[in-house]
Amino acid sequence: MGTSNLTKDSPDISAGRLDLSEYAINFDDAVPPLNPQTARVEANRCYFCYNAPCMTACPTGIDIPGFIKKIATDNLTGAAVRILEQNILGGSCARDCPTEILCEQACVRNAEGESPITIGSLQRYAMDNGLDGMPHPFTRAETTGKRVAVVGGGPAGLACAHRLAMLGHEVTIFEAREKLGGLNEYGVAEYKLANDFAAREVAFIMEIGGIEVKLGTALGRDVTLAGLRAEYDAIFLGLGLGAVKALDCEGETLEGVYNAVDYIASIRQAEDFALLPIGRRIVVIGGGNTAIDIAVQAKRLGAEDVTLVYRRDAEAMSATDHEQEFAQTNGVTIKYWSRPLRIEGVNDHVTKVVFEHTGLDTNGKLVGTGREFVIEADMVFKAIGQSFVADPLKDSEQSLLELSQGRIKADDEGRTSLGGVWAGGDCVAGGQDLTVESVQAGKIAAHSIDRVLRK
Amino acid sequence: MADISSIFAGIKSPNPFWLASAPPTDKAYNVVRAYKAGWGGVVWKTLGEDPHVVNVSSRYGAYSYKGNRVAGFNNIELITDRPLDVNLREIKEVKRDWPGRALVVSLMVPCTEESWKSILARVENTGADGIELNFGCPHGMSERGMGAAVGQVPEYVEMVTRWCKQYSRMPVIVKLTPNVTNILGSARAAVRGGADAVSLINTINSIMSIDLDAMAPTPVVDGKGTHGGYCGPAVKPIAMHMVAEISRDPECAGIPISGIGGIETWRDAAEFGALGCGTMQVCTAAMHYGFHIVDDMIDGLKRWMDAKGYATIEDFRGKAVPNVTDWQYLNLNFKTIANINQDLCIKCGLCHIACEDTSHQSIASLLEDGTRKYEVIEEECVGCNLCAHVCPVESCITMNPVDNGLPYLNWTQHPNNPMRKQAAE
Ligand SMILES: Cc1cc2nc3c(=O)[nH]c(=O)nc-3n(C[C@H](O)[C@H](O)[C@H](O)COP(=O)(O)OP(=O)(O)OC[C@H]3O[C@@H](n4cnc5c(N)ncnc54)[C@H](O)[C@@H]3O)c2cc1C
Ligand SMILES: Cc1cc2nc3c(=O)[nH]c(=O)nc-3n(C[C@H](O)[C@H](O)[C@H](O)COP(=O)(O)O)c2cc1C
Ligand code: SF4
Ligand code: SF4
Ligand code: SF4
Repeated sequence: MGTSNLTKDSPDISAGRLDLSEYAINFDDAVPPLNPQTARVEANRCYFCYNAPCMTACPTGIDIPGFIKKIATDNLTGAAVRILEQNILGGSCARDCPTEILCEQACVRNAEGESPITIGSLQRYAMDNGLDGMPHPFTRAETTGKRVAVVGGGPAGLACAHRLAMLGHEVTIFEAREKLGGLNEYGVAEYKLANDFAAREVAFIMEIGGIEVKLGTALGRDVTLAGLRAEYDAIFLGLGLGAVKALDCEGETLEGVYNAVDYIASIRQAEDFALLPIGRRIVVIGGGNTAIDIAVQAKRLGAEDVTLVYRRDAEAMSATDHEQEFAQTNGVTIKYWSRPLRIEGVNDHVTKVVFEHTGLDTNGKLVGTGREFVIEADMVFKAIGQSFVADPLKDSEQSLLELSQGRIKADDEGRTSLGGVWAGGDCVAGGQDLTVESVQAGKIAAHSIDRVLRK
Repeated sequence: MADISSIFAGIKSPNPFWLASAPPTDKAYNVVRAYKAGWGGVVWKTLGEDPHVVNVSSRYGAYSYKGNRVAGFNNIELITDRPLDVNLREIKEVKRDWPGRALVVSLMVPCTEESWKSILARVENTGADGIELNFGCPHGMSERGMGAAVGQVPEYVEMVTRWCKQYSRMPVIVKLTPNVTNILGSARAAVRGGADAVSLINTINSIMSIDLDAMAPTPVVDGKGTHGGYCGPAVKPIAMHMVAEISRDPECAGIPISGIGGIETWRDAAEFGALGCGTMQVCTAAMHYGFHIVDDMIDGLKRWMDAKGYATIEDFRGKAVPNVTDWQYLNLNFKTIANINQDLCIKCGLCHIACEDTSHQSIASLLEDGTRKYEVIEEECVGCNLCAHVCPVESCITMNPVDNGLPYLNWTQHPNNPMRKQAAE
C-alpha cells in the first residue's frame, strides 16, 4: 500500500494504493458478459418487431431483431455477421454505446413498462461467441485499382477503410499515433473495453486485406492534404478532436492539474495499473463522458474522495443518467450548479479548487451567485470538452476546407467543401461524439467515395 | 369456501387432484410425501407380472420452447421396475395409513384372462380403492402386446374390461391411449365392457428432438433413441378435445371421466372439469416442480369456485359440454372485428405484419407526426383473431362482436352448401 507522511499542504499522490487483485477486478469488464442461458432468455424476450424501432434508433442501422432471433436459435455466427454487416466495430459498440439513449431507449418493451431488451449485451454475446475460429466473414470485391487515403485510424477511419477495402479499393491509413483505434485505444474507459479489446478488434478489421497502415504519420506534419490529393483518388479524414478546451481560470497550469483525456490515455496504455500515481483527493471538472470516465477510473485506482463538479444540473449533463448513476455507485460525489473560480496551490502544486455556486438568471443564462466554497485536491482533472484542431488542414495560413462550428463541414454523405475529400466522425460538426456515429459516418463516406470512383 | 371433495366412480377423495400413474407414485415413499403435500389421491405406478421390467438410462426428453424448459415432456420408461410383492405390500400399508385418500392401482399384464384374473385378486387384497387399466403406454409395452397395443383395438379393450369387472369388485377405470384416430372407438368399448370410468389421455407417440451431433433422437441411449410418450403442457389441448368427444357422446353418456394431460394449475383443472371430468390427474407438473404445486391447485380452484358461486365440483362439472358443438352448427352470421387499444399498444408492428403477410391486409401501418401507429381497417377485417394472438400485450387487441342484424345461420342452412337442408315449409 502506498503511504505518505507528508505535511498538511503537500500533495498526497501515490501509486499502488490497492492490493494487486483489486486492480484486476476494477479494470475488468464493468458489465459482465451474458452466458448462454441468460442470452437465450433475453433473446427470447425480444418480440421480433416489424420495422423495429430499435433498429431505426441505431445510428448504424443494425438489424437488431434479426440478430437477436439468430441468438435465440443459437446461430451465433449468423448473428455476429448480421451485426458486422452494418457495423464493423460492432464489438466495441456493444461495449461502449450509451444504449440507454439509443436502441434500448426505443425498444417497445419500455412502452409496456418493462425493462428494454438489453440489446448491447446481446450484441456483445454474439460478437464474443459467434466468430471463434472463423475466417474473416467478408471478402473483397474485384479490385478497382483506385487508391484512397484514410487519415486517422479511429472508429470513423477504420469503418471507412474496411468498407472501402471490401468494395475493392486499395486503402492507406495515415495515423499520427503508434497504434490504430483512436479513442477506442486511448480514450474509452478501460473497464468498457477491457483486456485489449480495441487492439483485437483492429486486428480483426485488418483481416479483410487491402489496407496499408502508416503509423506515426501525421497529416500537417509528415504529409499534407495537397500531397495526398495528388497521390490518391480520394481522401477520408477521420481526425477526431485533437485539443482540450481550457478552463480559463487561474491556476490551470499548476502541477497536478491534468487534461482528463491525457490521463485516461495513460491508464489505457498502462502495463501495470499499480504503477499509476493517483491522488487521494480528486476534483474532476466537467459534465460529459470524459468527466465520468476519469472520475470512476480515479476511484478505481484507489483515490479516496472523488468529486465531479458540473456547472448545471443533472439533466443538462451530456453524460446520461445511467452514466451519472454508474459514477455515483462507484463512490463518486457529483456536485451540480458550481463552477471553478481559481485553482490554488503550494509550491507550484495544486492543493485546492475554489468554486462558486451557479444559477440561472431571469433570462435563463448561467450566472455565478457569488457564494464560494473550497474543495481540497491532490489532483484536478479538466474534462470540459475537446475541440477540433484545424491546423493540419491548412495550406500556409488558409484552411483548405470549410469549417462549421469549429469542425469540418460535411454533407450527409461526408463530402467536404473540397472535391475528392470526405470527412466523418468527431471531426465533423453535428453529431453527439459517439463511437457508433463515427462508424456510420465512415461507412457512409466509403459508399459515397465508391460511387464517385466508379463513375 | 367451496367443497371440492369428490366421489369418482365410488372412490372418495378430499379433492379431485390425483397423481397419475407414473414415477411420482412409484413407491410408498413418494406417495406418502404426496399425501402429506395434500394430493387427494394417487394412481399407483403401473404394476405388471414378475419378473419385473428393466429400464434404460436416460429416460426423459423435454421440449423447451423459447427458454421455457419443459413446455412438453416425454419418456421412454416402462411400468414399475420393482417386484410385484414389494409394490403390493407397500400399497396395503399406505392404504391402511391413509384411509381418507384415494389409492387406485394401475395394472398392465399380458392379454390373457388368466393373467388378469390372478393379479386382480392380489390387488383387491391390498384394500386399494380401485384399479386403472393401463391401455395407453405407447412404448416398450405395446411391443409385448400390452398397453397401447390393447388400447388401440376396441375389441380387446372391451374384453379385458369385462374380465376385470368379472373377477373383481373394485371400480374399474380404463385409461385410454390418444394414439388412435378417434377416441370414441376405445371409449365406447370400455363402456360396453362395463367400465366404471375412463381416464385420459395417456402419452402421445413422439420424438422429442434430434441430437444433431449424435444424429439420434433424444434421449440418446448409447447412440440410439426411440419414440417416447409425449405429455406436459403441450398436450393439454389434445387431451381436452378427446375428453370433450367422450363427454358429448350419447353412447358414453354418464361415464365418469378422469382428465389427464398437461394439467398444471387450478385453471387447467377447472377447464377439464367444465368438460365433464370429475377428477384431474397430474404427472409432468409434479415431476417439474414437486408435490407442493397441489397447494395452489386446491386453493385456486376453491377461490375460483367461490367467486363464481359454485359450491361443489358438480356445480360446474360439464358446464361447457353443451357449448362444444360441430363446426357445421356455428353461426356463420356472427361477426367480430379486431380492436386495438391505442393506449396499451407498444407499436411493435407484429399485428400489422401478421395480417398483411398472412391474413387479410386489415391493419394499416401509419406514421403520425413521426410516431408509429397501427389501425384496424374495419371493412377488411374478417375477425380471424390472428392479430389478437400475436400481439404481445395482453388485452391490447380485443375482438368485438358487431351487430349486423343478421339471424343465426349455420352451414347446414347456408346457400353455398349444396347439401343444405331446406327449411321446413
Ligand atoms: C474519454 C472519452 C470516453 C469516451 N467514451 C465513449 C463511450 O463510452 N461511448 C461512445 O460511444 N463514445 C465515447 N467517446 C467518444 C468516442 O470515443 C468518439 O466519438 C470516437 O472515438 C470518434 O471516432 P473518430 O474516429 O472520429 O475519432 P478518434 O477516435 O478520436 O480517432 C481519430 C484518430 O485520428 C488520429 N489523428 C488525429 N489527427 C491526426 C493527424 N493530423 N494525422 C493522422 N492521424 C491523426 C488520432 O490519433 C486518432 O487515432 C468517448 C470519448 C472520450 C474522449
Ligand atoms: C390456420 C391454418 C390452416 C390450415 N389449413 C390447412 C389446409 O387447408 N390444408 C392442410 O393440408 N393443412 C392445413 N393446415 C396445417 C398446416 O399445413 C400444417 O400441417 C400444420 O399447421 C402443422 O405445421 P406447423 O405447426 O409446423 O405450422 C393449416 C394450419 C393452420 C394453422
Ligand atoms: S424494439 Fe425491442 S422487442 Fe422490438 S425488435 Fe427491438 S429489441 Fe426486440
Ligand atoms: S382479426 Fe384477422 S383479419 Fe382482422 S385485423 Fe386481425 S388479423 Fe387482420
Ligand atoms: S401487435 Fe399489439 S402492441 Fe404491437 S403494434 Fe399491434 S396492437 Fe400494438
